[in-house]
Amino acid sequence: MALKSTPVLFGLLTRLSRRTFSTSKALASKPVTVRDALNQALDEEMARDETVFLLGEEVAQYDGAYKVSRGLWKKYGDKRVIDTPITEAGFAGIAVGAAFAGLRPVCEFMTFNFSMQAIDHVINSAAKTFYMSAGAVPVPVVFRGPNGAAAGVAAQHSQCFGAWYSHCPGLKVLMPYSSEDAKGLLKAAIRDPDPVVFLEDEILYGVPFAMSDEALADDFVLPIGKAKVERAGQHVTLVCAGKATDTALQAANQLAGEGIECEVINLRSLRPLDFDTIAQSVAKTHHLVTVEQGWPQSGIGAEICARVMESPAFFELDAPAWRVSGADVPMPYARSLETLALPRPPDVAAAVRAVLANRGECFMHTPCLGEGTVVMWDSLPEWEHTH
Amino acid sequence: MSKLLPSAAKFLTSSTIPKAAAPVVSSSSSKFSTKSEATFEIKPYKLHKLEQGPATSATLSSEDALKMYEKLAMLRRIETASGNLYKEKIIRGFCHLYSGQEAVAVGMRAAMRDVDSVITAYRCHGWTHLMGVSVLGVLSELTGRRTGCSRGKGGSMHLYGKNFYGGNGIVGAQAPLGAGIALAHKYRADGGVCFTLYGDGAANQGQLFEAYNMAKLWDLPCVFVCENNGYGMGTSVDRSSASTDYYSRGDYVPGIWVDGMDVIATREATRYAIDYCNSGKGPLVMEMETYRYSGHSMSDPGTSYRTRDEVQEVRQTRDPITSFKEKILSRELVTPDQLKEIDAQVRKEVDEATKQAKTEPEVGVEELTGDIYRNNLETLIRGLHPAAPLQHYEVAPRN
Repeated sequence: MALKSTPVLFGLLTRLSRRTFSTSKALASKPVTVRDALNQALDEEMARDETVFLLGEEVAQYDGAYKVSRGLWKKYGDKRVIDTPITEAGFAGIAVGAAFAGLRPVCEFMTFNFSMQAIDHVINSAAKTFYMSAGAVPVPVVFRGPNGAAAGVAAQHSQCFGAWYSHCPGLKVLMPYSSEDAKGLLKAAIRDPDPVVFLEDEILYGVPFAMSDEALADDFVLPIGKAKVERAGQHVTLVCAGKATDTALQAANQLAGEGIECEVINLRSLRPLDFDTIAQSVAKTHHLVTVEQGWPQSGIGAEICARVMESPAFFELDAPAWRVSGADVPMPYARSLETLALPRPPDVAAAVRAVLANRGECFMHTPCLGEGTVVMWDSLPEWEHTH
Repeated sequence: MSKLLPSAAKFLTSSTIPKAAAPVVSSSSSKFSTKSEATFEIKPYKLHKLEQGPATSATLSSEDALKMYEKLAMLRRIETASGNLYKEKIIRGFCHLYSGQEAVAVGMRAAMRDVDSVITAYRCHGWTHLMGVSVLGVLSELTGRRTGCSRGKGGSMHLYGKNFYGGNGIVGAQAPLGAGIALAHKYRADGGVCFTLYGDGAANQGQLFEAYNMAKLWDLPCVFVCENNGYGMGTSVDRSSASTDYYSRGDYVPGIWVDGMDVIATREATRYAIDYCNSGKGPLVMEMETYRYSGHSMSDPGTSYRTRDEVQEVRQTRDPITSFKEKILSRELVTPDQLKEIDAQVRKEVDEATKQAKTEPEVGVEELTGDIYRNNLETLIRGLHPAAPLQHYEVAPRN
């Protein structure tokens, strides 16, 4: 499986947007790729706790299909870094059984697409056992691996499982964006006594993000269930996670040039979902757009919108909330079609303009739509294709 | 009592297995038995890729005999009580009875040590009791009451105990889970073996073969125990399995066929299996041929896919309790009075537990949200609508 990540341009854009907008307090900071941050987290947690071990396809001698586990087999040996055959139901079940018996397995799915072979163990065996046993059998397992759309690998290898897994009580579901997220959240996941689904992104593995000395320290752990405000703004709230955070930040960058200031909330955790942070932001901006790569129906955006509807945050909205999501189609292979299936910054920018316009406020380059107007995509101006 | 001591000592030391610890049973009445021990022949095992099988004869002390009889009678009685509770509509949902298969669990448990672990499928009431949960803990889980071993939150398929990981409701899922528990034994080098039980129905699930493969690759101390009771729900083994030699279906995993209706055979085979796994040879498959008297579950009368005569014939000729009783009586290991006394004690204990399992209350409604997470991070647990938020409760001690 070739690594198709890190187009140079994408990396550059990410670095630019980070430099411009990151609210991280990093003073002395060092660029670290998400891959290396994950590797650090695994290494530090394995050094810290004898019961932590890694298993999955190609995690040991091959150094990981995406090189996330590079060097760990050499350092920790066969006992703690275990290559499995291609047998997801089997090794996911083995990981859960080992967790029943008190170990802390980190179970790597080469991609989460293959976790469907093992979803019974993630949900029926891992998520429910603590409850069914009335607290007698904790299940401290982490399922991790790349999730969501890669590039050019078509329908069976490109989908987001955020909505699938975050549907299930008993699981905690994390979706890191930056290197800091990746390291701090993976360490938290490994230390957590409950089953955690940890959704990484292949496209982000090779992207460097600045990490502060604090984040580089081996005691750096992020809290599960807390979102991060990546960028403060007063006009509209963008809620996103994982790779979609990058899309939202780029859109925010673009919109800033038009005088629209977006508040970008990187969820970090899909379950528990930090709704307080969203509600506080909506109370400030009165507008909400969610951004995700997964399919729209019953998705993360749908959940956020439902929670807004059910809470006082609803009365803070000056316009209907919109979802920007992956298109409701299986992922096509052809480049031109694949591009249309995933949200890009201009899509987010267009959605923001439409939501703001619904209130009757017109911003530069934004079509003025009367209140109650049904906005059709083809009624919006064509956006520029920046990449 | 003094007469008993040599045989009791023998029971503890005769096994080649360290730390032999069978469930304790009162044996004060065994002073009436006339012989302290006897040796029994075991129906020949069938071996797959093994040079040497378990011992084909076994010595049983009178104390062993009484203990094992007591456990057999107890398991049968628990299931009779369960069946009645179900018919009274006090047990809800599913209820799968173990009657007819008792010799598998009782013999295995008699050979197991404290360090060993067990995981099984949904026909788990008897195993749960043998792994240390009281009769009340089992029956009141079935009735969904607070004294249930899962506080009424698991139900009949989700019972747990020390070194006992359920009670699993998804056919075949326990196979890799058991291999994972075995991996933990090996990881910790604690010398334990995990007994992973499944039925002939689960024997065709793909993940069983995935588990065999990894267990063998990594030499996990896992004994895959196929309880072949002849039927997966209503489908007979001949209609479900291209090969019904389940002991050989691990291919590269050696296997043994055992007469699962003979508690002495299942005990000897289990001793052998523990020795085998502990010597670092990796996993083993044990097929225990047995029979299920009841239907698959309580909703199945068990008569459309087999004849009443077939069930009757097994009851009369191969019943694990009757046949064991005859053996130990005819060899004068025990007296009829001792067995009657055990029967009476078992009946009393189960009757009392049944009564309490009916009258205990269910747990408080707050436990709807009890122990969803060991470390809950949700501020509120959503109830049925936005105006009914719930709090997560920590019920089990967190230490």
